[in-house]
Amino acid sequence: MIDQLSVFLPNKKGTLSTVAGALSDAGINMHVLVIADTAEYGIVRIVCDTPHAAARALSDAGLRATTTPVYAVRVPNTPGGLTQLLAYCEEKGLNIEYGYCFLLGEEGAIDVLKIDASAEDVLEAGGFEMVEPEEIYRVDEA
Amino acid sequence: MYYQPEIETMPREQLRELQLERMKWSVRHAYDNIAFVKKICNEAGVGPDDLTSLEDIVKFPFMVKQDMRDAYPFGLFAVPMHDVKRIHASSGTTGQATTTGHTTNDLTYWGDCFARGIYMVGGSQDSTIQVSYGYGLFTGGLGAHAGGEAVGCAVIPTSSGNTKRQVQIMKDFGTDILACTPSYALYIADTAIELGYDPAKEFKISGVILGAEPASENMRQEIRDKLGVQYCDVYGLSEVMGPGVAMECEVANGLHFAEDHFYPEIVNPDTLEPVPDGEYGELVITTLTREACPLVRYRTRDVTRIISEPCPCGRTHRKIDRIVGRTDDMMIIRGVNVFPSQIEQVITAFPEIATHYQIVLTREAQLDKIALNVETEPDFPIDEVRKIEDLKRRLGAELKSNLQVQVEINLVEPKTIERSEGKAKRILDLR
Ligand SMILES: [Zn+2]
Repeated sequence: MIDQLSVFLPNKKGTLSTVAGALSDAGINMHVLVIADTAEYGIVRIVCDTPHAAARALSDAGLRATTTPVYAVRVPNTPGGLTQLLAYCEEKGLNIEYGYCFLLGEEGAIDVLKIDASAEDVLEAGGFEMVEPEEIYRVDEA
Repeated sequence: MYYQPEIETMPREQLRELQLERMKWSVRHAYDNIAFVKKICNEAGVGPDDLTSLEDIVKFPFMVKQDMRDAYPFGLFAVPMHDVKRIHASSGTTGQATTTGHTTNDLTYWGDCFARGIYMVGGSQDSTIQVSYGYGLFTGGLGAHAGGEAVGCAVIPTSSGNTKRQVQIMKDFGTDILACTPSYALYIADTAIELGYDPAKEFKISGVILGAEPASENMRQEIRDKLGVQYCDVYGLSEVMGPGVAMECEVANGLHFAEDHFYPEIVNPDTLEPVPDGEYGELVITTLTREACPLVRYRTRDVTRIISEPCPCGRTHRKIDRIVGRTDDMMIIRGVNVFPSQIEQVITAFPEIATHYQIVLTREAQLDKIALNVETEPDFPIDEVRKIEDLKRRLGAELKSNLQVQVEINLVEPKTIERSEGKAKRILDLR
Protein backbone atom coordinates (compact mmCIF):
# COMPACT_ATOMS: atom_id res chain seq x y z
CA MET A 1 0.00 0.00 0.00
CA ILE A 2 1.08 3.57 -0.51
CA ASP A 3 0.39 6.66 1.60
CA GLN A 4 -1.74 9.19 -0.17
CA LEU A 5 -1.81 12.78 1.06
CA SER A 6 -5.46 13.83 1.55
CA VAL A 7 -6.55 17.44 2.05
CA PHE A 8 -10.01 18.74 2.89
CA LEU A 9 -10.81 22.18 1.45
CA PRO A 10 -13.91 24.09 2.48
CA ASN A 11 -14.75 26.04 -0.65
CA LYS A 12 -12.86 29.24 -0.22
CA LYS A 13 -10.87 30.93 -2.92
CA GLY A 14 -7.13 30.44 -2.79
CA THR A 15 -7.06 27.27 -0.70
CA LEU A 16 -5.75 25.09 -3.55
CA SER A 17 -2.93 27.53 -4.11
CA THR A 18 -2.28 27.43 -0.33
CA VAL A 19 -1.83 23.65 -0.66
CA ALA A 20 0.51 23.95 -3.64
CA GLY A 21 2.40 26.83 -2.03
CA ALA A 22 2.90 25.06 1.31
CA LEU A 23 4.16 21.90 -0.42
CA SER A 24 6.53 23.82 -2.65
CA ASP A 25 7.80 25.84 0.34
CA ALA A 26 8.51 22.56 2.12
CA GLY A 27 10.40 21.36 -1.00
CA ILE A 28 7.99 18.49 -1.58
CA ASN A 29 7.67 17.04 -5.06
CA MET A 30 4.18 16.05 -6.27
CA HIS A 31 3.64 13.13 -8.66
CA VAL A 32 -0.10 13.33 -9.09
CA LEU A 33 -2.90 15.56 -7.80
CA VAL A 34 -6.60 14.76 -8.15
CA ILE A 35 -9.45 16.98 -6.99
CA ALA A 36 -12.89 15.72 -6.04
CA ASP A 37 -15.30 18.62 -5.96
CA THR A 38 -18.76 19.03 -4.47
CA ALA A 39 -20.83 22.19 -4.44
CA GLU A 40 -19.60 23.04 -0.94
CA TYR A 41 -16.10 21.67 -0.52
CA GLY A 42 -13.25 19.90 -2.26
CA ILE A 43 -11.05 16.95 -1.44
CA VAL A 44 -7.56 16.90 -2.84
CA ARG A 45 -5.74 13.58 -3.19
CA ILE A 46 -2.03 13.76 -3.82
CA VAL A 47 0.75 11.26 -4.35
CA CYS A 48 3.99 12.99 -3.42
CA ASP A 49 7.41 12.50 -1.86
CA THR A 50 7.60 12.27 1.97
CA PRO A 51 3.79 12.26 2.45
CA HIS A 52 3.93 12.43 6.27
CA ALA A 53 6.15 15.49 6.23
CA ALA A 54 3.79 16.95 3.62
CA ALA A 55 0.74 16.38 5.87
CA ARG A 56 2.54 18.09 8.74
CA ALA A 57 3.51 21.05 6.53
CA LEU A 58 -0.15 21.47 5.47
CA SER A 59 -1.46 21.10 9.03
CA ASP A 60 0.97 23.79 10.13
CA ALA A 61 -0.46 25.98 7.37
CA GLY A 62 -3.88 25.55 9.04
CA LEU A 63 -5.28 23.02 6.58
CA ARG A 64 -7.03 19.76 7.34
CA ALA A 65 -4.55 17.24 5.91
CA THR A 66 -3.79 13.61 6.65
CA THR A 67 -2.26 10.54 5.03
CA THR A 68 -4.49 7.71 3.83
CA PRO A 69 -3.32 4.19 2.94
CA VAL A 70 -4.48 3.25 -0.56
CA TYR A 71 -3.73 0.40 -2.98
CA ALA A 72 -1.42 1.06 -5.94
CA VAL A 73 -1.81 -1.57 -8.65
CA ARG A 74 0.26 -1.82 -11.82
CA VAL A 75 -1.83 -2.18 -14.98
CA PRO A 76 -0.61 -2.50 -18.57
CA ASN A 77 -0.76 0.81 -20.42
CA THR A 78 -3.04 -0.68 -23.04
CA PRO A 79 -6.75 -0.39 -23.77
CA GLY A 80 -8.75 -2.55 -21.38
CA GLY A 81 -6.12 -2.58 -18.64
CA LEU A 82 -8.29 -0.75 -16.14
CA THR A 83 -11.50 -2.52 -17.13
CA GLN A 84 -9.96 -5.85 -16.22
CA LEU A 85 -9.03 -4.64 -12.73
CA LEU A 86 -12.44 -3.10 -12.03
CA ALA A 87 -14.26 -6.19 -13.27
CA TYR A 88 -12.13 -8.34 -11.00
CA CYS A 89 -12.84 -6.17 -7.95
CA GLU A 90 -16.55 -6.30 -8.65
CA GLU A 91 -16.43 -10.07 -9.03
CA LYS A 92 -14.66 -10.39 -5.67
CA GLY A 93 -17.06 -8.02 -3.95
CA LEU A 94 -14.42 -5.38 -3.22
CA ASN A 95 -16.09 -2.03 -2.66
CA ILE A 96 -14.09 0.76 -4.29
CA GLU A 97 -14.60 4.14 -2.57
CA TYR A 98 -12.66 5.99 -5.26
CA GLY A 99 -9.85 5.53 -7.72
CA TYR A 100 -7.63 7.32 -10.20
CA CYS A 101 -4.75 6.42 -12.44
CA PHE A 102 -1.49 7.91 -13.53
CA LEU A 103 1.47 6.98 -15.67
CA LEU A 104 4.73 5.90 -14.12
CA GLY A 105 7.65 6.42 -16.48
CA GLU A 106 7.42 4.78 -19.90
CA GLU A 107 6.49 1.26 -18.95
CA GLY A 108 2.99 1.44 -17.61
CA ALA A 109 0.15 2.93 -15.61
CA ILE A 110 -0.72 2.76 -11.93
CA ASP A 111 -4.25 2.51 -10.61
CA VAL A 112 -4.79 3.93 -7.16
CA LEU A 113 -7.77 2.45 -5.33
CA LYS A 114 -9.32 3.21 -1.95
CA ILE A 115 -10.93 0.01 -0.71
CA ASP A 116 -12.38 -0.20 2.80
CA ALA A 117 -11.12 -3.70 3.42
CA SER A 118 -7.95 -5.68 3.34
CA ALA A 119 -7.65 -6.41 -0.37
CA GLU A 120 -3.97 -7.01 -1.01
CA ASP A 121 -4.16 -10.83 -0.99
CA VAL A 122 -7.26 -10.87 -3.13
CA LEU A 123 -5.68 -8.55 -5.72
CA GLU A 124 -2.46 -10.53 -5.83
CA ALA A 125 -4.37 -13.79 -6.16
CA GLY A 126 -5.98 -12.28 -9.25
CA GLY A 127 -2.56 -11.72 -10.76
CA PHE A 128 -2.39 -8.01 -10.15
CA GLU A 129 0.95 -6.60 -9.16
CA MET A 130 1.10 -4.21 -6.19
CA VAL A 131 3.48 -1.30 -6.59
CA GLU A 132 5.83 -0.60 -3.68
CA PRO A 133 5.89 2.98 -2.35
CA GLU A 134 9.64 3.24 -3.06
CA GLU A 135 8.97 2.81 -6.77
CA ILE A 136 6.80 5.93 -6.82
CA TYR A 137 7.94 8.44 -4.17
CA ARG A 138 10.49 9.14 -1.49
CA VAL A 139 9.22 7.36 1.63
CA ASP A 140 9.28 8.88 5.13
CA GLU A 141 8.28 7.85 8.66
CA ALA A 142 4.92 8.75 10.17
CA MET B 1 -14.52 16.59 53.73
CA TYR B 2 -16.64 19.69 54.05
CA TYR B 3 -15.51 23.28 54.39
CA GLN B 4 -18.37 24.15 56.78
CA PRO B 5 -19.74 20.78 57.98
CA GLU B 6 -22.40 22.15 60.36
CA ILE B 7 -23.92 24.34 57.65
CA GLU B 8 -23.41 22.12 54.61
CA THR B 9 -24.90 19.02 56.25
CA MET B 10 -27.47 20.80 58.44
CA PRO B 11 -30.73 18.78 58.77
CA ARG B 12 -33.28 20.17 56.31
CA GLU B 13 -35.82 21.27 58.90
CA GLN B 14 -33.19 23.24 60.75
CA LEU B 15 -31.93 24.67 57.47
CA ARG B 16 -35.44 25.80 56.53
CA GLU B 17 -35.81 27.52 59.90
CA LEU B 18 -32.53 29.32 59.30
CA GLN B 19 -33.69 30.28 55.80
CA LEU B 20 -36.98 31.68 57.06
CA GLU B 21 -35.32 33.69 59.78
CA ARG B 22 -32.83 35.11 57.27
CA MET B 23 -35.45 35.67 54.57
CA LYS B 24 -37.55 37.74 56.98
CA TRP B 25 -34.52 39.85 57.77
CA SER B 26 -33.49 40.20 54.12
CA VAL B 27 -36.89 41.16 52.75
CA ARG B 28 -37.38 43.72 55.51
CA HIS B 29 -33.87 45.09 54.95
CA ALA B 30 -34.56 45.51 51.22
CA TYR B 31 -38.03 46.99 51.81
CA ASP B 32 -36.81 49.48 54.40
CA ASN B 33 -33.69 50.65 52.59
CA ILE B 34 -34.39 50.44 48.85
CA ALA B 35 -37.09 52.81 47.62
CA PHE B 36 -37.66 50.73 44.49
CA VAL B 37 -38.35 47.54 46.47
CA LYS B 38 -40.77 49.38 48.77
CA LYS B 39 -42.54 50.80 45.73
CA ILE B 40 -43.06 47.48 43.89
CA CYS B 41 -44.07 45.70 47.09
CA ASN B 42 -46.61 48.40 47.89
CA GLU B 43 -47.96 48.20 44.35
CA ALA B 44 -48.34 44.44 44.76
CA GLY B 45 -49.96 44.94 48.16
CA VAL B 46 -47.37 42.94 50.13
CA GLY B 47 -44.88 43.83 52.81
CA PRO B 48 -42.33 42.16 55.10
CA ASP B 49 -45.07 41.23 57.61
CA ASP B 50 -46.72 38.96 55.02
CA LEU B 51 -43.75 36.62 55.16
CA THR B 52 -44.56 33.91 57.69
CA SER B 53 -43.29 30.85 55.79
CA LEU B 54 -40.74 30.31 53.03
CA GLU B 55 -43.58 29.63 50.58
CA ASP B 56 -44.96 33.12 51.20
CA ILE B 57 -42.15 34.48 49.03
CA VAL B 58 -44.30 33.77 45.95
CA LYS B 59 -46.57 36.67 46.98
CA PHE B 60 -43.73 39.11 46.30
CA PRO B 61 -43.06 40.81 42.96
CA PHE B 62 -40.08 39.86 40.79
CA MET B 63 -36.99 41.95 40.16
CA VAL B 64 -35.29 41.84 36.74
CA LYS B 65 -32.02 42.98 35.26
CA GLN B 66 -33.66 46.03 33.72
CA ASP B 67 -34.48 47.25 37.25
CA MET B 68 -30.75 47.24 37.96
CA ARG B 69 -29.98 49.10 34.75
CA ASP B 70 -32.60 51.71 35.58
CA ALA B 71 -31.13 52.13 39.06
CA TYR B 72 -27.56 52.55 37.75
CA PRO B 73 -25.23 53.08 39.49
CA PHE B 74 -26.32 52.81 43.15
CA GLY B 75 -30.11 52.99 43.19
CA LEU B 76 -30.48 49.45 44.56
CA PHE B 77 -27.85 49.74 47.29
CA ALA B 78 -29.33 49.16 50.76
CA VAL B 79 -26.41 50.45 52.82
CA PRO B 80 -24.54 53.78 52.90
CA MET B 81 -21.27 54.03 50.92
CA HIS B 82 -19.52 53.99 54.29
CA ASP B 83 -20.26 50.25 54.48
CA VAL B 84 -19.60 49.37 50.83
CA LYS B 85 -16.18 47.76 50.49
CA ARG B 86 -16.19 46.72 46.84
CA ILE B 87 -18.17 47.42 43.68
CA HIS B 88 -18.36 45.00 40.76
CA ALA B 89 -20.06 45.76 37.45
CA SER B 90 -21.30 43.69 34.54
CA SER B 91 -19.76 44.30 31.13
CA GLY B 92 -22.88 46.03 29.84
CA THR B 93 -22.41 44.50 26.39
CA THR B 94 -26.15 44.19 25.94
CA GLY B 95 -27.09 47.56 27.38
CA GLN B 96 -26.44 49.73 30.40
CA ALA B 97 -24.00 48.15 32.84
CA THR B 98 -25.23 46.89 36.21
CA THR B 99 -23.42 47.36 39.49
CA THR B 100 -23.29 45.27 42.64
CA GLY B 101 -21.90 46.44 45.96
CA HIS B 102 -20.39 44.25 48.67
CA THR B 103 -19.98 44.89 52.39
CA THR B 104 -17.33 43.23 54.54
CA ASN B 105 -19.78 40.46 55.47
CA ASP B 106 -20.87 40.04 51.83
CA LEU B 107 -17.25 39.48 50.80
CA THR B 108 -16.64 37.03 53.66
CA TYR B 109 -19.71 34.96 52.77
CA TRP B 110 -18.71 35.01 49.09
CA GLY B 111 -15.32 33.53 49.97
CA ASP B 112 -17.05 30.89 52.13
CA CYS B 113 -19.44 29.90 49.32
CA PHE B 114 -16.62 29.41 46.82
CA ALA B 115 -14.45 27.68 49.43
CA ARG B 116 -17.05 24.89 49.71
CA GLY B 117 -16.31 24.04 46.05
CA ILE B 118 -12.58 23.88 46.73
CA TYR B 119 -13.29 21.19 49.34
CA MET B 120 -15.61 19.44 46.86
CA VAL B 121 -12.65 18.84 44.52
CA GLY B 122 -10.54 17.59 47.42
CA GLY B 123 -8.79 20.87 48.17
CA SER B 124 -7.59 22.07 51.59
CA GLN B 125 -5.18 24.52 53.16
CA ASP B 126 -2.39 22.44 51.60
CA SER B 127 -3.64 23.10 48.06
CA THR B 128 -2.34 25.50 45.44
CA ILE B 129 -5.08 27.12 43.37
CA GLN B 130 -4.43 28.87 40.06
CA VAL B 131 -7.05 31.50 39.27
CA SER B 132 -7.17 31.97 35.51
CA TYR B 133 -10.45 33.84 35.45
CA GLY B 134 -10.11 37.47 34.47
CA TYR B 135 -9.56 39.76 37.45
CA GLY B 136 -11.39 43.06 37.46
CA LEU B 137 -14.98 44.23 37.36
CA PHE B 138 -15.91 40.69 36.26
CA THR B 139 -16.52 38.65 39.43
CA GLY B 140 -14.76 35.45 38.31
CA GLY B 141 -11.19 36.28 39.28
CA LEU B 142 -11.76 37.90 42.66
CA GLY B 143 -14.52 35.43 43.59
CA ALA B 144 -12.28 32.40 43.10
CA HIS B 145 -9.45 34.31 44.76
CA ALA B 146 -11.60 34.95 47.86
CA GLY B 147 -12.50 31.23 47.98
CA GLY B 148 -8.84 30.27 47.87
CA GLU B 149 -7.99 32.72 50.64
CA ALA B 150 -10.92 31.56 52.79
CA VAL B 151 -9.62 27.99 52.65
CA GLY B 152 -6.07 29.15 53.19
CA CYS B 153 -4.75 27.81 49.88
CA ALA B 154 -1.69 29.18 48.12
CA VAL B 155 -3.46 31.36 45.55
CA ILE B 156 -1.79 32.08 42.19
CA PRO B 157 -3.54 35.11 40.66
CA THR B 158 -2.55 34.49 37.01
CA SER B 159 -5.78 36.01 35.63
CA SER B 160 -6.60 35.04 32.03
CA GLY B 161 -4.35 35.30 28.99
CA ASN B 162 -0.73 34.44 28.18
CA THR B 163 -1.61 30.77 27.94
CA LYS B 164 1.91 29.35 27.53
CA ARG B 165 2.85 31.03 30.78
CA GLN B 166 -0.25 29.57 32.43
CA VAL B 167 1.01 26.11 31.45
CA GLN B 168 4.51 26.86 32.68
CA ILE B 169 3.19 28.06 36.06
CA MET B 170 0.83 25.11 36.34
CA LYS B 171 3.78 22.78 35.89
CA ASP B 172 6.46 24.65 37.87
CA PHE B 173 4.28 25.69 40.84
CA GLY B 174 2.52 22.32 41.07
CA THR B 175 -1.01 23.72 40.75
CA ASP B 176 -3.60 21.43 42.40
CA ILE B 177 -6.75 23.26 41.35
CA LEU B 178 -7.48 25.43 38.33
CA ALA B 179 -10.36 27.95 38.34
CA CYS B 180 -11.44 29.54 35.03
CA THR B 181 -14.02 29.21 32.24
CA PRO B 182 -14.46 25.74 30.66
CA SER B 183 -13.34 26.93 27.22
CA TYR B 184 -10.21 28.45 28.70
CA ALA B 185 -9.45 25.28 30.70
CA LEU B 186 -9.65 23.30 27.45
CA TYR B 187 -7.46 25.86 25.73
CA ILE B 188 -4.86 25.60 28.51
CA ALA B 189 -4.99 21.78 28.27
CA ASP B 190 -4.56 21.86 24.48
CA THR B 191 -1.72 24.33 24.77
CA ALA B 192 0.05 22.09 27.31
CA ILE B 193 -0.36 19.12 24.99
CA GLU B 194 0.92 21.15 22.03
CA LEU B 195 3.96 22.06 24.10
CA GLY B 196 4.66 18.34 24.43
CA TYR B 197 3.28 17.66 27.93
CA ASP B 198 0.75 15.11 29.09
CA PRO B 199 -0.83 17.16 31.88
CA ALA B 200 -3.04 14.26 33.02
CA LYS B 201 0.09 12.27 33.86
CA GLU B 202 2.87 14.80 34.31
CA PHE B 203 1.11 17.65 36.14
CA LYS B 204 0.04 17.62 39.78
CA ILE B 205 -3.38 19.17 39.03
CA SER B 206 -6.32 17.13 40.38
CA GLY B 207 -9.34 19.45 40.29
CA VAL B 208 -10.90 22.20 38.21
CA ILE B 209 -13.61 24.67 39.25
CA LEU B 210 -15.13 25.99 36.04
CA GLY B 211 -18.02 28.31 35.31
CA ALA B 212 -19.33 31.54 33.75
CA GLU B 213 -20.27 29.83 30.48
CA PRO B 214 -22.02 26.64 29.40
CA ALA B 215 -20.14 23.41 28.70
CA SER B 216 -21.49 20.20 27.18
CA GLU B 217 -20.89 16.85 28.87
CA ASN B 218 -18.54 16.01 26.00
CA MET B 219 -16.46 19.09 26.66
CA ARG B 220 -16.39 18.34 30.40
CA GLN B 221 -15.16 14.82 29.72
CA GLU B 222 -12.50 16.15 27.38
CA ILE B 223 -11.27 18.48 30.14
CA ARG B 224 -11.35 15.65 32.74
CA ASP B 225 -9.38 13.36 30.41
CA LYS B 226 -6.84 15.87 29.15
CA LEU B 227 -6.01 17.33 32.57
CA GLY B 228 -6.75 14.24 34.68
CA VAL B 229 -9.03 16.10 37.09
CA GLN B 230 -12.31 16.12 39.02
CA TYR B 231 -14.64 18.68 37.46
CA CYS B 232 -16.60 21.09 39.66
CA ASP B 233 -19.16 23.22 37.85
CA VAL B 234 -19.61 26.55 39.62
CA TYR B 235 -22.69 28.71 39.20
CA GLY B 236 -22.99 32.35 40.06
CA LEU B 237 -23.92 35.70 38.66
CA SER B 238 -22.53 39.08 39.44
CA GLU B 239 -25.94 40.62 40.19
CA VAL B 240 -26.46 38.16 43.04
CA MET B 241 -22.86 37.73 44.22
CA GLY B 242 -20.52 36.05 41.77
CA PRO B 243 -19.25 32.46 41.39
CA GLY B 244 -20.18 30.25 44.34
CA VAL B 245 -23.98 30.52 44.44
CA ALA B 246 -24.04 26.79 43.59
CA MET B 247 -21.20 24.30 43.21
CA GLU B 248 -20.97 20.70 41.96
CA CYS B 249 -19.84 18.04 44.43
CA GLU B 250 -17.90 14.84 43.64
CA VAL B 251 -21.14 12.98 42.85
CA ALA B 252 -21.24 15.08 39.64
CA ASN B 253 -25.01 15.16 39.42
CA GLY B 254 -26.03 18.75 40.02
CA LEU B 255 -24.75 21.76 41.93
CA HIS B 256 -25.42 22.27 45.65
CA PHE B 257 -27.16 25.61 46.05
CA ALA B 258 -25.79 27.68 48.95
CA GLU B 259 -29.19 27.59 50.62
CA ASP B 260 -28.01 29.30 53.78
CA HIS B 261 -27.33 32.44 51.72
CA PHE B 262 -29.76 32.18 48.80
CA TYR B 263 -33.31 30.90 48.33
CA PRO B 264 -33.96 29.34 44.91
CA GLU B 265 -37.26 29.04 43.05
CA ILE B 266 -37.96 27.71 39.56
CA VAL B 267 -40.76 29.40 37.62
CA ASN B 268 -42.27 28.97 34.20
CA PRO B 269 -40.70 31.87 32.22
CA ASP B 270 -43.97 32.56 30.38
CA THR B 271 -46.55 32.33 33.17
CA LEU B 272 -44.10 33.12 36.03
CA GLU B 273 -45.88 30.45 38.09
CA PRO B 274 -43.68 28.17 40.24
CA VAL B 275 -43.06 24.72 38.74
CA PRO B 276 -42.71 21.49 40.79
CA ASP B 277 -39.22 20.30 41.80
CA GLY B 278 -37.58 18.46 38.91
CA GLU B 279 -39.22 20.52 36.18
CA TYR B 280 -37.17 22.91 34.09
CA GLY B 281 -37.85 26.63 34.26
CA GLU B 282 -36.25 29.96 35.05
CA LEU B 283 -34.16 30.17 38.22
CA VAL B 284 -35.33 32.92 40.59
CA ILE B 285 -33.15 33.88 43.56
CA THR B 286 -33.92 35.69 46.80
CA THR B 287 -30.80 36.63 48.74
CA LEU B 288 -30.84 35.79 52.46
CA THR B 289 -27.74 37.47 53.84
CA ARG B 290 -26.63 40.06 51.30
CA GLU B 291 -26.27 43.45 52.97
CA ALA B 292 -25.22 45.88 50.24
CA CYS B 293 -27.48 44.64 47.44
CA PRO B 294 -30.25 42.35 48.69
CA LEU B 295 -32.53 41.02 45.97
CA VAL B 296 -36.10 39.79 46.26
CA ARG B 297 -37.13 37.18 43.67
CA TYR B 298 -34.50 38.12 41.12
CA ARG B 299 -35.16 36.53 37.72
CA THR B 300 -31.81 35.14 36.57
CA ARG B 301 -32.89 34.21 33.00
CA ASP B 302 -31.02 30.94 33.56
CA VAL B 303 -32.93 27.78 32.78
CA THR B 304 -32.44 24.81 35.11
CA ARG B 305 -34.36 22.58 37.53
CA ILE B 306 -34.15 21.69 41.21
CA ILE B 307 -32.86 18.23 42.15
CA SER B 308 -34.35 17.65 45.60
CA GLU B 309 -33.30 14.01 46.15
CA PRO B 310 -30.73 13.63 48.97
CA CYS B 311 -27.15 13.63 47.68
CA PRO B 312 -24.85 10.69 48.52
CA CYS B 313 -22.11 13.21 49.43
CA GLY B 314 -23.99 14.04 52.63
CA ARG B 315 -24.61 17.71 51.92
CA THR B 316 -28.21 18.64 52.61
CA HIS B 317 -28.47 21.75 50.46
CA ARG B 318 -30.65 21.06 47.44
CA LYS B 319 -29.04 20.93 44.02
CA ILE B 320 -29.78 22.65 40.74
CA ASP B 321 -29.08 20.87 37.48
CA ARG B 322 -26.54 22.18 35.00
CA ILE B 323 -27.83 25.37 33.34
CA VAL B 324 -29.37 24.29 30.02
CA GLY B 325 -29.75 27.74 28.54
CA ARG B 326 -30.76 31.32 29.07
CA THR B 327 -34.26 32.53 28.47
CA ASP B 328 -32.73 35.44 26.54
CA ASP B 329 -30.15 33.29 24.67
CA MET B 330 -33.11 31.69 23.06
CA MET B 331 -32.88 32.10 19.31
CA ILE B 332 -36.09 32.49 17.41
CA ILE B 333 -35.65 30.94 13.97
CA ARG B 334 -38.64 31.03 11.67
CA GLY B 335 -40.81 31.30 14.76
CA VAL B 336 -39.24 28.29 16.48
CA ASN B 337 -37.45 28.63 19.84
CA VAL B 338 -33.95 27.19 19.73
CA PHE B 339 -31.39 27.03 22.56
CA PRO B 340 -27.67 26.70 21.76
CA SER B 341 -27.56 23.92 24.37
CA GLN B 342 -29.92 21.83 22.22
CA ILE B 343 -27.46 22.05 19.33
CA GLU B 344 -24.61 21.25 21.69
CA GLN B 345 -26.41 18.17 22.93
CA VAL B 346 -26.79 16.85 19.39
CA ILE B 347 -23.11 17.49 18.60
CA THR B 348 -22.12 15.62 21.76
CA ALA B 349 -23.66 12.47 20.33
CA PHE B 350 -21.36 12.64 17.28
CA PRO B 351 -17.85 11.48 18.22
CA GLU B 352 -16.65 12.43 14.73
CA ILE B 353 -17.34 16.10 15.47
CA ALA B 354 -15.04 18.25 17.63
CA THR B 355 -16.58 20.08 20.61
CA HIS B 356 -16.00 23.59 19.33
CA TYR B 357 -18.77 24.96 17.15
CA GLN B 358 -20.24 28.19 15.95
CA ILE B 359 -23.81 29.04 15.05
CA VAL B 360 -24.30 31.61 12.26
CA LEU B 361 -27.70 33.22 11.78
CA THR B 362 -28.46 35.00 8.52
CA ARG B 363 -31.52 36.16 6.65
CA GLU B 364 -32.04 35.43 2.97
CA ALA B 365 -35.14 36.60 1.11
CA GLN B 366 -36.92 37.37 4.42
CA LEU B 367 -36.22 33.87 5.70
CA ASP B 368 -34.02 33.08 8.71
CA LYS B 369 -31.21 30.68 7.97
CA ILE B 370 -29.18 28.88 10.57
CA ALA B 371 -25.78 27.44 9.77
CA LEU B 372 -23.54 25.39 12.03
CA ASN B 373 -19.78 25.50 11.61
CA VAL B 374 -18.05 22.44 13.01
CA GLU B 375 -14.71 20.69 12.74
CA THR B 376 -14.21 16.96 12.37
CA GLU B 377 -11.97 15.09 14.80
CA PRO B 378 -8.44 14.44 13.44
CA ASP B 379 -9.05 10.72 12.86
CA PHE B 380 -12.15 11.24 10.71
CA PRO B 381 -11.42 10.13 7.11
CA ILE B 382 -11.52 13.32 5.07
CA ASP B 383 -10.55 11.66 1.80
CA GLU B 384 -13.96 10.15 1.05
CA VAL B 385 -16.88 12.25 -0.17
CA ARG B 386 -19.32 9.53 0.77
CA LYS B 387 -18.30 9.50 4.46
CA ILE B 388 -18.34 13.29 4.67
CA GLU B 389 -21.75 13.47 3.01
CA ASP B 390 -23.02 10.71 5.26
CA LEU B 391 -21.84 12.58 8.37
CA LYS B 392 -23.41 15.85 7.22
CA ARG B 393 -26.66 14.09 6.39
CA ARG B 394 -26.88 12.30 9.75
CA LEU B 395 -25.99 15.43 11.72
CA GLY B 396 -28.46 17.50 9.70
CA ALA B 397 -31.25 14.97 10.24
CA GLU B 398 -30.57 14.75 13.97
CA LEU B 399 -30.63 18.56 14.32
CA LYS B 400 -33.80 18.79 12.23
CA SER B 401 -35.58 16.27 14.42
CA ASN B 402 -34.41 17.92 17.66
CA LEU B 403 -34.91 21.57 16.71
CA GLN B 404 -37.66 21.37 14.08
CA VAL B 405 -35.49 23.67 11.96
CA GLN B 406 -33.28 22.95 8.95
CA VAL B 407 -29.63 23.59 9.80
CA GLU B 408 -26.97 24.04 7.13
CA ILE B 409 -23.80 22.24 8.14
CA ASN B 410 -20.38 23.54 7.22
CA LEU B 411 -17.31 21.47 7.96
CA VAL B 412 -14.52 23.95 8.49
CA GLU B 413 -10.76 23.73 8.77
CA PRO B 414 -9.20 23.00 12.16
CA LYS B 415 -8.91 25.92 14.60
CA THR B 416 -10.94 28.29 12.44
CA ILE B 417 -13.57 28.39 15.20
CA GLU B 418 -12.36 30.90 17.71
CA ARG B 419 -11.14 29.54 21.05
CA SER B 420 -11.61 32.55 23.22
CA GLU B 421 -9.80 33.31 26.43
CA GLY B 422 -13.02 34.52 28.00
CA LYS B 423 -16.58 33.59 27.21
CA ALA B 424 -16.86 31.54 24.02
CA LYS B 425 -18.54 33.36 21.16
CA ARG B 426 -20.77 30.62 19.89
CA ILE B 427 -23.49 32.57 18.15
CA LEU B 428 -22.93 34.96 15.30
CA ASP B 429 -26.19 36.75 14.52
CA LEU B 430 -25.87 38.49 11.15
CA ARG B 431 -29.59 39.14 10.70
ZN1 LIG C 1 -23.43 16.27 46.77
